[in-house]
Amino acid sequence: MTATTSDTEPVGGPRPPGTSADGTPADPDSSADGGPAADALDPRRGRLLARRVLTTLGSSALLLWAVATIVFFLQHLVPGDPAQTILGGASANPPEETLQAVREQYGFDQPVLVQYGHFLAGLVVLDLGESYTMKQSVVSIVAEQIAPTLQLTAAALMVAWAIAIALTLATAGRPGRLGRIGSALEVVFAALPHFWLGVVLLVVFAVVLQWLPVVDDGPAGLVLPALTLGIPLGGFLAQVTRDEFDVALRQPFVLSALSRGARPGDVRWRQVLRHAALPGIALSGWGLGSLISGAVVVEVIFSRQGIGQVLVAAVTAQDLPLVIGVTFVVAAVYVVANILSDLASVLVDPRLRHAIGRAS
Amino acid sequence: MTTLAPPAPVADPQVAPAPRRVRRRPAAGSLGLVAAGTVVGVVLLAALVPDLLAPQDPLEISLSESFAPPSAEHLFGTDQSGRDVFSRVIHGARQSLVIGLGATAIGLLGALVLGLLGGLGGRIADGVVTRVIEVLYAFPGILLALILIAVYGNSALTQMVAVGIATMPGYARMVRGQLLVVRGSAYVEAARALGHPPLRILVRTILPNAFRPLTVLVTLGIGQAIVWAAALGFLGMGVQPPTAEWGAMLNAGRNYIQQAWWMDFFPGITIVLFTLSLTVLGRHLQRATDAGARR
Repeated sequence: MTATTSDTEPVGGPRPPGTSADGTPADPDSSADGGPAADALDPRRGRLLARRVLTTLGSSALLLWAVATIVFFLQHLVPGDPAQTILGGASANPPEETLQAVREQYGFDQPVLVQYGHFLAGLVVLDLGESYTMKQSVVSIVAEQIAPTLQLTAAALMVAWAIAIALTLATAGRPGRLGRIGSALEVVFAALPHFWLGVVLLVVFAVVLQWLPVVDDGPAGLVLPALTLGIPLGGFLAQVTRDEFDVALRQPFVLSALSRGARPGDVRWRQVLRHAALPGIALSGWGLGSLISGAVVVEVIFSRQGIGQVLVAAVTAQDLPLVIGVTFVVAAVYVVANILSDLASVLVDPRLRHAIGRAS
Repeated sequence: MTTLAPPAPVADPQVAPAPRRVRRRPAAGSLGLVAAGTVVGVVLLAALVPDLLAPQDPLEISLSESFAPPSAEHLFGTDQSGRDVFSRVIHGARQSLVIGLGATAIGLLGALVLGLLGGLGGRIADGVVTRVIEVLYAFPGILLALILIAVYGNSALTQMVAVGIATMPGYARMVRGQLLVVRGSAYVEAARALGHPPLRILVRTILPNAFRPLTVLVTLGIGQAIVWAAALGFLGMGVQPPTAEWGAMLNAGRNYIQQAWWMDFFPGITIVLFTLSLTVLGRHLQRATDAGARR
């Protein structure tokens, strides 16, 4: 596989067997031997599946604990006095008694390990502490702001897949100029940074042409942010999908389908694409993570509500509980997204269902 | 997968491209290569001797000329203080490159420590390193960088270190994987059978073979580091105005998007063209080394 940059590999969990880019895929359409219905009825396979789900959940919980520990101890490396930040930052000049009172209120005067214990205990009951600057619980801020961000990232993921599938079907494996134009587009799309693409789309479609609103909380306001966020990921997914598409086109099952009289377009759409989408689906968990990270920039460009804006404000004000709370929630969403993309791989690729039965 | 160069030869004669097309492709590839090389060359020149290319002083304020659109006099227009955006883009190249290269160096250094521990340190060390990488991976994209800036405050140095650490897990994973592959290879076994001392095998056989593919990925990684640093700059974290730096310029232009699009457009497209060119060069290197390895 030719990954574009250093961080293009999926995270977490073992890579599902059979999705390795250099592995020789078999025909996923050969569901004659068993098929999904038969899998679900086999009790032994059901137990194995349950065990696998439990292991995944357990290792995800451990991962989140490690994440929480890292962010907690990072917080304690801060050079300044947190009580000072709470009372208005470096410029404020509160009396010593007030500082002392705040230290007691937030527990800064206790040993670090005791604070760590409180922090973990809080996590278990979904208490992420209180924001220094907004004087509100971090959980309530995140709960208020996460919906628009998830909406944006979900829309962007759909845009990305639409681009990847359209480009692949239209241009992959085609002779001559068409294929080259397709892959050039992918490289360019994948190289567009959000901060530039967003500004260009905003200026062209909202300021000059005035087709779409500059700022709007309704569906029309979602179009440009979702395009900004989705186009670069779409280019990346298309690169991966095209590679796999080219490999799958050379498989014997394509020849056999064509010789049975299937129309070439049908074969591309129904059989080859199914193979080709697998690595992209496995990468979608990683993709969602990169979308959330990109949402920070996109929300700022389009003045959209969301945890990205909250995070930028919190980082600028060094409001650490809020920064840590938001990043922890994002990490949790990211871990869940990776589990979901593994599941989606299993749904699309029947071979993986059989692999669960054979392995362990 | 790139248009800009010939695809790997196909084994199956039925789908193999016609010979004529194969011969035509390198032409297109070298065209892209020349363009990419030119862009990288110009940016390097701008970073080394900005005064050679910049028509004006990047910091010279001229309030009567503020928000002038692109023209013959001001190719990229002017900003809110009437400074010449073109000169500022030229002068910004040095600082943006330093941040990108510095971040990549920091990321690589951390990755080497982690990767060497994991790839050569035995099973327990490898287990620990794998977990550490996995945990760092749980912070997608620039999130890790944002946390570090929140903790250590807002400065150009933090920006560089933060981007470097954010790129570290990706490099670490590759270093580790590469070392594991090389360590298990037949030529290392042969060196061992010949009775070479372990240190000599490590330095003369394992490290060079493991790092060769990495050099290519570093070319691609520098572009990524510059984009991340610019994204942080765009958010107002990093180099502060009025210094000419691409990220800081993007941040300044953000407030005037609707009245002066050129303030963001030109620094942005410079970053796009530069990172795209690095990608093209990196891919070319990658194919060249792959082809070399096959022979």
